[in-house]
Amino acid sequence: MARTLPARDVVIVGLGWTGSILANELTDAGLSVTAIERGPWRDAPTEFPPNAAQDELRYRIRHELFLQPAQTTFTFRNKMSQTALPIRTWGAFMPPNGVGGGGVHWNAETWRFLPSDFVLRTHLTQRYGARFLPPDMTIQDWGVSYEELEPYYDRFEYLCGTSGTAGNLRGQIQPGGNPFEGPRSRPYPTPAQEQPFSHTLFGEAARNLGYKPFPQPSGNLSQAYTNPLGVRMGPCTYCGFCEWFGCANYSKASPQTTILPVLVRKANFSARDQCEVTRINTDASGQRATGVSFVDSSGAEWEQPAQLVILAAYTIFNVQLLMLSGIGRRYDPVSNSGVIGRNFTHQTISDVLSFFDPAKFIFNPFIASGAIGMCIDEFNGDNFDHGPYGFVGGGYMGQVQTNGRPIETTPVPPGTPSWGAQWKQAVRENYLSALQPGTGVHGSMYSYRDVYLDLDPTYKDRFGRPLVRITMDFHDNEIKQNHFLTDKFAEIFVAMGARQVEKQYRKAPYSITDYQTTHLCGGAIMGTDPHTSALNRYLQSWDVPNLFVMGASAFPQNAGYNPTGTLAALAYWSADAIRNRYLKNPGPLVHV
Amino acid sequence: MPPLRRRDLLAGTALVLLEAGVARGDILQGELPWEPAPEHPSYPPTTGGWRFFTAPQAAMVEAIAERLIPPDPATPGGGEAGCAVYIDRQLAGPYGSNTGLYDRPPFVKGTPSQGEQSAITPAQLYRAGLAALASWCQQQRGHAWVQLSAAQQDEVLRGLEAGQIQLQGVNGETLFQAVLKDVKEGFFADPIYGGNRDMCAWKMIGFPGARYNYRDWVGRHNQRYPYPPVSIAGSPDWSGAA
Repeated sequence: MARTLPARDVVIVGLGWTGSILANELTDAGLSVTAIERGPWRDAPTEFPPNAAQDELRYRIRHELFLQPAQTTFTFRNKMSQTALPIRTWGAFMPPNGVGGGGVHWNAETWRFLPSDFVLRTHLTQRYGARFLPPDMTIQDWGVSYEELEPYYDRFEYLCGTSGTAGNLRGQIQPGGNPFEGPRSRPYPTPAQEQPFSHTLFGEAARNLGYKPFPQPSGNLSQAYTNPLGVRMGPCTYCGFCEWFGCANYSKASPQTTILPVLVRKANFSARDQCEVTRINTDASGQRATGVSFVDSSGAEWEQPAQLVILAAYTIFNVQLLMLSGIGRRYDPVSNSGVIGRNFTHQTISDVLSFFDPAKFIFNPFIASGAIGMCIDEFNGDNFDHGPYGFVGGGYMGQVQTNGRPIETTPVPPGTPSWGAQWKQAVRENYLSALQPGTGVHGSMYSYRDVYLDLDPTYKDRFGRPLVRITMDFHDNEIKQNHFLTDKFAEIFVAMGARQVEKQYRKAPYSITDYQTTHLCGGAIMGTDPHTSALNRYLQSWDVPNLFVMGASAFPQNAGYNPTGTLAALAYWSADAIRNRYLKNPGPLVHV
Repeated sequence: MPPLRRRDLLAGTALVLLEAGVARGDILQGELPWEPAPEHPSYPPTTGGWRFFTAPQAAMVEAIAERLIPPDPATPGGGEAGCAVYIDRQLAGPYGSNTGLYDRPPFVKGTPSQGEQSAITPAQLYRAGLAALASWCQQQRGHAWVQLSAAQQDEVLRGLEAGQIQLQGVNGETLFQAVLKDVKEGFFADPIYGGNRDMCAWKMIGFPGARYNYRDWVGRHNQRYPYPPVSIAGSPDWSGAA
């Protein structure tokens, strides 16, 4: 029998980026806020101290900072006709766990989406005609524009101290930046990171080919920075242990290094770690959330009543909680109705390995940061005419290699045996002169009618709740896109002087074992029509107006960028609407 | 729905302290949690006897590691580098028993894109696999593994890799791929885990290990980084042992 805790104004489910942002904004508004986090407290001195953080086996191979599948996992199948099976060990993506969420172990690549990404269906239909899109592609406009989000992108970048070179300042194209980006109101808070050899060489080759390369916007800071909350960060030391790892140096933007030191000291804030929310409770009408139920670390059940519920967990867990709480109509791909689980997407990533003459090139691949790199954006979104190519979407591409950690990053030329003297010699010869960008081609994945989330009929988690079932496959549009982009990407490595290049195209079927990114999106999307979206343009549930759902689960489809900048901007945008509109007049912020 | 009034919201804050210490799980409030002795990683001791392997199994794995990564004049082989010690400690620990992975039934064979669905743990695979390989060697080659020549061992390894050798009760290809993956991991992981002895693998390729700060080297393009590697546990130089 669950016991009930004293009521709070606001309960936040999950204390990652969006939970921290909402907690800070709503405590500033004078509300009492409690956050409930499934995983443990994490901070550099307690969890990844500088004398032990550079451990490839512990963090990269054994996944120490992530959720363990034994806690909960998902089932997966490519097609609706197949039986889904559980993900027993993580592969294609890495669900975060603990205070800070994915903000602890991300690379801190801090992008904005293109203005056209937010009005995708309208834009593509106007440019190419509705018949250019595959009939089962379910892309939508977001209901919010780039111009509306710009001030909130700006807030997040100044919170993080993001290092970069502006490409478009209030409509004026700037040299050295990304000329395709939407107008930004002011420059990045800190200059771009200095680039190591291979990244610089990529930039030069791209420029010689006629592209406009620019440094990747980075949450690994180029210099010391004090953010508007007064929290100080130090410059990145290029240690090469960023993604999958916590930053022991306070150089990578994370909730721990930007918000939590301020938030935790507020009298009207508290958080619980190691407590898992199992349900959003609603009243008899089903149209008002009354709080959440959670299970603590001893297995006891509790209720936390609150006036306002903010769902701020990882994409799939937001969707799972909505489904298990009976909030919103579940999506049915057969009748093409319902909204919860709809428009689930990931990313279309590929890589190119390149091998250079060891006598002429010493790249020192271990000198890198998580968001280092020179990129081009000529083939992202709708930055180029797709007419001749028969697909839509795209991505940035770049030499964005983050490390030379040797278990993961000891590439050998194609045709080398996988063991023995020849393999050993090839590893020795190529380590310093081969390039393995990782997520070099960072392509979009658009949404489709038969790619979605629902609940698995067979497999359960440790509480006996059904696992979320992922049904996902690559469609021809994304495969064509990836082929086109990977070929363009490889040309740049040839121009850099590589003597051998291996293209690793992304192929169907979608595999749950190959790591792409952790950028799962959709399932509880925002939009303008309650029949095709779970949330309105302020991330407010259409069905339960005192419930707001943060995160990339709100993305109607995924763009060719990393999602954190956009989901954080949306969190600030939503918090602003709650503070300045909802609290004055609680109820639906959009009437349809 | 009843209106949410600012006054009601603020009233809630007075109750904050009443809940302290009720539900289990740490409450984070007032200051960042910090401890003088942070959570120490539980690195397994690399000295002492075998934890998982029997002595004959350990000899066999050392010999296999020595073929997968053969010695050369500059760098030891996988056996001498300690890869069997690494694997022994890993199999005796959480990795060996699939701790933390999802192990609920039913176990059903799926498509390759659905990932591994076996209920067999790495420890079970090695235990059964090494026994099966040992008897295969006795039956087919008339000797124990360690008595075969290097060329004979390579031939058997190639047969396992290609799925051409059928072992009793164990998939030979699965065993081979597990051993190859683990040997390479042990070779390149920090020496605190038992392999990569004296950082030999890092010296071989020029990886500086846990050096942590390359600010002075970012802009020094196309120059060889001159300093020797450092382990999480330090460097022999530090104790004068080198």
